Amino acid sequence: MILRRLLLLALLFSIAACSSVKPWVKPYERQKIADEIMSFERDPIADSYLHHVYDAREAARGGDGASGGGCGCN
Amino acid sequence: MHAKQRAAATAHREVAVAVINRLLLLALAFVASCAQAAVLPDERIDLLYHGYDGGGAQIDGPSVLVRKNIGASVSVAANYYVDMVSSASIDVQTNGRQGVDVESGASKYSEERKEYGFSGQYLVDRSTISLGYTSSNENDYDASTYSFGINQSFFGDLTTLGFGVSFGDDLVGQNNADGSTNPDYKRDLQRRKYGVNASQIVTKNLLASVSFDTVTDQCLNLSEDLSCLNNPYRQYRYHDGNSYKWDLEKYPHTRSSDALGIRAIYHLPWRASVRGEWRDFKDSWGIKANNYELRYTHAYHSDWIFEGKIRFYDQPTGADFYSDIFDYKDAQNYLARDKELSPFTSTVFGLGVTYKIPAGTIPWFEKSTANLYWDKFDIDYEDFRDARVSPEDYAAGDEPLYSLKADVIRLYLSFWF
Repeated sequence: MILRRLLLLALLFSIAACSSVKPWVKPYERQKIADEIMSFERDPIADSYLHHVYDAREAARGGDGASGGGCGCN
Repeated sequence: MHAKQRAAATAHREVAVAVINRLLLLALAFVASCAQAAVLPDERIDLLYHGYDGGGAQIDGPSVLVRKNIGASVSVAANYYVDMVSSASIDVQTNGRQGVDVESGASKYSEERKEYGFSGQYLVDRSTISLGYTSSNENDYDASTYSFGINQSFFGDLTTLGFGVSFGDDLVGQNNADGSTNPDYKRDLQRRKYGVNASQIVTKNLLASVSFDTVTDQCLNLSEDLSCLNNPYRQYRYHDGNSYKWDLEKYPHTRSSDALGIRAIYHLPWRASVRGEWRDFKDSWGIKANNYELRYTHAYHSDWIFEGKIRFYDQPTGADFYSDIFDYKDAQNYLARDKELSPFTSTVFGLGVTYKIPAGTIPWFEKSTANLYWDKFDIDYEDFRDARVSPEDYAAGDEPLYSLKADVIRLYLSFWF
């Protein structure tokens, strides 16, 4: 029952996603968003390395938008 | 009668399953039909030199990334990464077994960790499916990680939702003091990571994202008195009369953690951006932590980008079983003296510059950049003492608190083609 309700909710969300809500930032208004200085991870291996250092020096992990691998830094 | 009821129940279940299946198909059809086109990542080559120098440990090496499209809907990438360890940290200098570096997690004799990564992205009309494999090897630790993820954009590309999972299998080993591998020390560690994320174009100047990850680690096929989640060389210390002694750490067999991160980046009226980040973390060992980061990125003319940032990390609560010095040997079930599990604060100050090499200078590439980024770590431990001092000058447990300063360098070239 709960599963069905969740599925119905997902379905409603899907319908809403493509019908009633219109993009309030038009594609031609996104030149600033597309600027390279607006990227969360501009250079992948440079960012990945810094995340690796954080993971090695701190107990916290995850929640940083990075995908981690096993680094053997226990 | 009972048979009829069972038959009716079975039929009911079959109908329910059929309805659920149809709903699922409908939902998928709608998701597939209303989302907007995603794009593949840039085709590029990156050549990175990384260096870490702090707390007596020096670790550096190269990293190379090559990412290429195959046709219009597939992107593949390969990454090669090396850590070369060339000196010993405080753990080695105080309690580590001779010749073993527990700061880096690598044996001093191995001096090297090599990592290979392969990943692919497949654009299915309006969503992106990602697959990845990473292998990390050193002579006392092997790790393999498989990952899968899917992203889909909605509302005219304003919203992107995604989820990802990764499965890791590690083999933890140990080197003997003479550098040879201990054949009896092989411990299996299973890692799992599940994450969901959402990013949103809020206005034409503001981008925001939220991500939540839950991670679990579990030792496999291990008796209760052994550990796999700790460094096999690290020791805890305990009071022994007026002095202290060392013994090997003992950890639980499982660890699970949750982390929630929120990030936003805003384009200023001039060509510059401000990025803010916050993360909250807690785990089953009792550790709580949070961090904040503020970054300013400034484009100067069309060929320079300058960046400055400050990041605060606060870990007010350490692991339940951490202590700088225990009252006596085997004082409790689990015993740890890993400073990363202790309470501490860390401040990172970073500066960086990117220079766009004029087009045509390097043939074959549409765009090339040279980059130098420097981060300064300043870590103050609140319950981890510097046991390298003379026992004649300081009583056990009264040594000065340890602090660590580290410089991290990233020097790299990037080429787009």
